[in-house]
Amino acid sequence: MGHFVPHTDDEIAEMLAFVGLSSIDDLFAAVPAALQLVPSSRAGGSARHLDLDDGLSEPDVLAAARRLAAANITGDDLVCFAGGGAYDHEVPAAVPRLAFRSEFVTAYTPYQPEVAQGVLQALFEYQTMIARLTGVAVANASLYDGASACVEAVNLAVAAAGRSLVWVSQGVNPAWRATMRTFAAGTGHDLVELPLAGGTTALPAGGDPAAVLVQYPNYLGCLEDLGAARAAADRAGAMLLVAFDPVAAGLLRSPGSQGADVVVGEGQPFGTPLSFGGPYLGLFACRQEHVRRLPGRLVGETVDVVGRKAYVTTLRTREQDIRREKASSNVCTNQTLIAICCAVDLAWLGTSGLRELALRCARGTRYTKEALLAIDGVEPLAARPVVREFAVRLPVAADVVVDRMAEEGFLAGVTLDEEYDGGGLLVAVTERRTRAEIDSYVAAMEKVVR
Amino acid sequence: MTDPGGGRAASIPLLGRDPEPTVFELSQPGRRAWSFRTTGVPEWPAEELVGEEDLAAAVPLPELCERDLVGHFTRLTHRQYSVDLGAYPLGSCTMKYNPKVCDDVADLVGLSQVHPAAPARLTQGWMALLAHLDGQLCAITGMAATSLQPPAGAAGELTGLLLMRAWHRDQGRAPTKVLIPDSAHGTNPASVTLGGYRTVTLPSDRRGCVDLDALRRELDGDVAGIMLTNPNTLGLFEEDIAEIAELVHGVGGLVYYDGANLNAILGVTRPGDMGFDIVHLNLHKTFAVPHGGGGPGAGPVAVTEQLAPYLPGPRPVAGADGAYVWDTPRRSIGRVHSWHGNALALARAYAYISANGGDGLRRVAEGAVLNANWLRRRLHGIYDIPYDRPNMHEFVASTTSLKKSDGLRAVDVAKRLLEEGFHAPTVYFPLIVDEALMIEPTETETLQTLEALAQALERIASSPAGAREAPRTTPVGRVDEARAARTLVPTWDTRPADG
Repeated sequence: MGHFVPHTDDEIAEMLAFVGLSSIDDLFAAVPAALQLVPSSRAGGSARHLDLDDGLSEPDVLAAARRLAAANITGDDLVCFAGGGAYDHEVPAAVPRLAFRSEFVTAYTPYQPEVAQGVLQALFEYQTMIARLTGVAVANASLYDGASACVEAVNLAVAAAGRSLVWVSQGVNPAWRATMRTFAAGTGHDLVELPLAGGTTALPAGGDPAAVLVQYPNYLGCLEDLGAARAAADRAGAMLLVAFDPVAAGLLRSPGSQGADVVVGEGQPFGTPLSFGGPYLGLFACRQEHVRRLPGRLVGETVDVVGRKAYVTTLRTREQDIRREKASSNVCTNQTLIAICCAVDLAWLGTSGLRELALRCARGTRYTKEALLAIDGVEPLAARPVVREFAVRLPVAADVVVDRMAEEGFLAGVTLDEEYDGGGLLVAVTERRTRAEIDSYVAAMEKVVR
Repeated sequence: MTDPGGGRAASIPLLGRDPEPTVFELSQPGRRAWSFRTTGVPEWPAEELVGEEDLAAAVPLPELCERDLVGHFTRLTHRQYSVDLGAYPLGSCTMKYNPKVCDDVADLVGLSQVHPAAPARLTQGWMALLAHLDGQLCAITGMAATSLQPPAGAAGELTGLLLMRAWHRDQGRAPTKVLIPDSAHGTNPASVTLGGYRTVTLPSDRRGCVDLDALRRELDGDVAGIMLTNPNTLGLFEEDIAEIAELVHGVGGLVYYDGANLNAILGVTRPGDMGFDIVHLNLHKTFAVPHGGGGPGAGPVAVTEQLAPYLPGPRPVAGADGAYVWDTPRRSIGRVHSWHGNALALARAYAYISANGGDGLRRVAEGAVLNANWLRRRLHGIYDIPYDRPNMHEFVASTTSLKKSDGLRAVDVAKRLLEEGFHAPTVYFPLIVDEALMIEPTETETLQTLEALAQALERIASSPAGAREAPRTTPVGRVDEARAARTLVPTWDTRPADG
């Protein structure tokens, strides 16, 4: 309907006269006639025009979107036991009420810090909390998602080491590894996968990688031995890159305290709904000595001309708009608003809330795992300890199980590819799952795998 | 253990002028806002759930009651400019108003509460929405197929370059250079490097467009492609675009369209008609997805029929029975996102395009170009206009003369404008214009707002005294960026001891 352009007909006539044009089409005189479309309203069917449906009124747009939304199965329809990098955590009421205030939602990148202290301070607080979670000194202001954070971690390590071989554990989320392979086609990085043995990464004795990347806990939910990974990295003079689970971090020693150089992860669990996979939040943090290779934006504290505390994006000379072809990353627009959601959620949780959240996930996971493994034919895919997610081998193909479980009212989990010991089901249990839901889930599972 | 906070600060409404304490200073150990569901799951202690060697003490985070948490972030918003507050004539960023119906669409439970790994038959609504958007973007760009995975413009650029790479490889070619005009965005050359190519910069001619002779000199079998923004960053339409595309195609290269400035040509012409092979779009510019203070955006990539087999996958496509299935193209370069892209941003763009329709989108372009031309004409004689001819959706002014006469620099104009209640234009870009002020009013600002903006810019030019001290009325004054870089304080835990 085009109701987003405010000018009245009189104003359009006045403005055209002011710029010396006689018709609105004259605005496009620089576009060669052979390239021009005919306006749809004058196209008469055959002429070349922008072929879209007619514009809809606001209620009709919403009605159309509602029809599409109704064709999806949500967490209200199926009780969610799926994870694999996207988790069904509680989003407290305060998060959308604060983070979705229009001053945050409709702001631009804080290029003018004098009128962007709100976003800048929120990012500074976010960076602080992510640094504490990861156990390394500096976190950036966000990347796109877990996959892009892995890609940038490898880029940082390769640039620092000056060699392109990188060991990537098979325990890293398969979609993140796939994304890393896609971008390696451009950078020429040589990504070599380290297989899992019994649920954790088999680390080679020799080799000359620039970096070793492991996930903690890994994709199957198992705790990797970060000390062993650090030692393997040290033997090769390589960096240790750790993709961590920020929720499990409420219980586990931080990757930084175990020697990680760069810590990355997916920040969706903190304040962002499942959202069909995006927008999510790439967490990225590193030790102080790598700060000049940090990808993306970084906010720092400073003062204004009269000495008042102020925040500003800093070390800007790393970034693409200044370094151009010499920049080590092309990141510009990132996920600021999702980082603010994360900051609000972490502050809502506080010290005790994050601990409680992680504990509740771990308890539900243990309870569910023990009950599932008591079913005939359900076996652990890996024997190592887990925290908030675990993998099982089933007597029936996992995709069939997921389909049947949907009929029973459950999103049963994420199916695992053949690469993981012939496949199986990955099950995640968040703090939202009640004992009654878990008991029903297990009872349904008993039925469908029979 | 790091000190989780200080407990020294109180929560007082300051209406944006006085500094807001950090969330850490508002912390009081033992306070809490959190609340979890009653589950009945056995309450095993941490020691029975995690082995001793892995278990750690709790991570120190701020401890606030919900009331202080809400007060804190609300006061931060009082220190923040935004489109909903006022005009943002930020060149190349297309800071248009974001219609609220798009927020309502993104908030629908049936869209926001869907797990991305749920089986396709349970997510048919989402897959249909993405497929419809794919079709809309193809119609708008004149392309054959789209990948909705890239989560931002720069990610779209790199995806496009990897498509270029895969295409040349299958042609048995390994060209090494990508041509980029000197007026291009910085992400272009940065993406070229990450795509494994070498940037060759093309000078602009006196008219501000691609210098055809310079282009011809660079054309050889080593050209993988050219990346262009059209209209370019000076707001000028590259009138020779068809010839440029033909020349590049002639040496086997591909022609890449940076969609940053697509707003100017919606419904007027299409990249596909101009000869482009690959197009990335910035849905957070052209299609009203709000910028979120620097993201999330979305940077879909649309391509011609011949490049469609290389697109990232999986993509939602309609099967024979009309049901949507996930399909990875035959020669796909692979995934570029953890899941399916920034889905809720894609839903907003879908809502915006559906609301506008074909005619509505053309009116968007007309409004954008009319506003920019009106403002350029209005500022004639007040600021230098280095390329003073009809422009598209934006134009570049300069303070070169005012700098000579009064010492007024582009940065001073930007900071003075903040005092006047407007966001600043983009400054010092494009790099080819001295003291550049790149102004893009967008189609959503009224004539009255444009006049107020023009009057503010007029006042700044006519009384430049004191401009170096600006801004004086904003929450903070001019910020010491040098100190921020010299004494890096990226977290509350790294601030100087006396902080």
